[in-house]
Amino acid sequence: MSLIEVREISKTYHLGDIDLDVLKSVTTTIDQGEFVAVMGPSGSGKSTFMNILGCLDQPSNGAYLLEGVDVGSLSRDYLAEIRNKKIGFVFQGFNLLSRTSAIENVELPLLYDGIHARERHERARMALKNVGLEGREDHRPNQLSGGQQQRVAIARALVNEVPIILADEPTGNLDTKTSIEIMELFVKLNLDSHLTVILVTHEPDIAAYSKRIIKFIDGRIVSDECGEDKNIDRFINS
Amino acid sequence: MILTNMINIPSTIKISFRALQVNKMRSALTMLGIIIGVGAVIAMVAVGTGASRQIAEQIASMGSNLLIVMPGSTSSGGVRMGAGSQPTLSLGDSEAILKECSSVEEVAPTLGGGTQIVFGHLNWSTTVTGTTPGMLIVRDWPLASGRPFTQQDVKSATKVCLLGQTVVDNLFGSQNPIGQTIRIKNVPFTVMGVLSIKGQSTQGQDQDDVIYVPVTTSQKKLFGTQFPGMVRTIMVKARSAEDLSTAEQQITELLRQRHHIGQKQDSDFTVRNLTQIMQAREQSTQVMTLLLGAIASVSLLVGGIGIMNIMLVSVTERTREIGIRMAIGAKTWDIRLQFIIEALTLSLIGGVIGIIVGVSTAMILSSISGWATVVSLLSILLAFGFSGFIGIFFGFYPAYMASLLNPIDALRYE
Repeated sequence: MSLIEVREISKTYHLGDIDLDVLKSVTTTIDQGEFVAVMGPSGSGKSTFMNILGCLDQPSNGAYLLEGVDVGSLSRDYLAEIRNKKIGFVFQGFNLLSRTSAIENVELPLLYDGIHARERHERARMALKNVGLEGREDHRPNQLSGGQQQRVAIARALVNEVPIILADEPTGNLDTKTSIEIMELFVKLNLDSHLTVILVTHEPDIAAYSKRIIKFIDGRIVSDECGEDKNIDRFINS
Repeated sequence: MILTNMINIPSTIKISFRALQVNKMRSALTMLGIIIGVGAVIAMVAVGTGASRQIAEQIASMGSNLLIVMPGSTSSGGVRMGAGSQPTLSLGDSEAILKECSSVEEVAPTLGGGTQIVFGHLNWSTTVTGTTPGMLIVRDWPLASGRPFTQQDVKSATKVCLLGQTVVDNLFGSQNPIGQTIRIKNVPFTVMGVLSIKGQSTQGQDQDDVIYVPVTTSQKKLFGTQFPGMVRTIMVKARSAEDLSTAEQQITELLRQRHHIGQKQDSDFTVRNLTQIMQAREQSTQVMTLLLGAIASVSLLVGGIGIMNIMLVSVTERTREIGIRMAIGAKTWDIRLQFIIEALTLSLIGGVIGIIVGVSTAMILSSISGWATVVSLLSILLAFGFSGFIGIFFGFYPAYMASLLNPIDALRYE
């Protein structure tokens, strides 16, 4: 059983009189511990694909099985619980709550999991430490650099010990040096914790960190290649 | 699932406080609606309750279950005279009422008038009323000191008197008046007792500015007319509130008989039910209280709508935040609770400030205008509870709208 299995999913948006087919019968599987880059030009459907994988959106047709469970039949609250316990999101625009300290941002998933304040605080502190932000707990997003904000977002995605990280253009708002740091963090998490990382990008440099590249054009998967695993070498060399 | 929501409440309260702090001015203005509403309800109800309590006290001070028999109009040769223009009631009527009417507990005839009284080198102008010992029972008026005059004093028309506290204050100062002799219309009277303090009457008169003397003494020495044995009014105390109308009927029948009034003739006296009149007044002030409270409640309602308005704006402004929370795992009730608690925080803080404003307004009103105001614990609790209810009621719709947002749409909202 694959961690993620999508069977002929499609997504159609109704914009007035026009029906826009964003995804057209996409079928693929992703296993536990994979590092996948989803590439494609804008409008190719890669973001919609990600949103469906993240249970933020529902396919118009087809089935999405997460750990063998058909997600399409689940209630809103059950989907919220899946997002809480199975999936960590990292967005291009960080999507941190402004006017809220780093540690409180990281605590949020635990808050919605009903975990008590003390444990919440302790785990959030550890998560921030793991992304190299020790001592920045009480900084607010606007007091942190872009790279630091994205680290807070990664800590928030990881804090509830989820098996899947979904990253939508995680380096899109960052400079090259910071992008490398962030990508190396993903690689490390993938290798150390056997975390499944799925990232959407249009930059070949960034996609090169992954072991497998799925290319979307016009709502369809046009290529799905497993490259040689460069990450281990890179990791050993560094 | 509700249980996990409960764990979040302390954090949710913290979140809502922060959200309210971000827009301090807006939060304050929204609260102002509730503050004015709650303050108005409490102040208005305090004024109303104070007024009706004052009237209730006055009724109690007047004496309970009270009827008053007054001379009515008489006609002589086809000319009808004004009510009270002719004395038609006698001491005999008074005694007969007590003897014949089963519903009557006690009677007190009165005959008196305003006059000058003198003690030593001091003098004072007051009302001197001739009556019987029954007066103290009819008016529920115990003595503060001394002893009352007796039926024997009435029979033999002794020159003794009972003084109200105001008279004592003006003539005797700190001296003990009992046993002293005062002069009323130049007739010496011995002071036997001092009446306890009663305060203002319903008409705002000083009820303690009074002197009681035996009715016979009043007839013979002070306010005698060409009709001997006549009295001005007869005050009657019925046995109970239920007996009031029976007593009224019995007195009317008895007096018509005694005054030889034919079937088709009008009575030459009237019987008034003072207690009923006062109760009607009390009722009207209670209605007034209710009315004032209801009008003030409208402002509370308007305040509630203000909260709803602000919460709807807040939901729209924070759509993206809601999306982030949903992506991270906030469930329907997590989102709803967040906004309900925010509305509740606004309305309860507004409620507490409103209570303070209302209570101080009531206090300021009573110190400036001299109105009696009564702030009851019940009205405070009600106002607080009601503002909480308003928070939940008007907060629910915006919270509900927020929880219905589609996560991906909320997340993409600009």
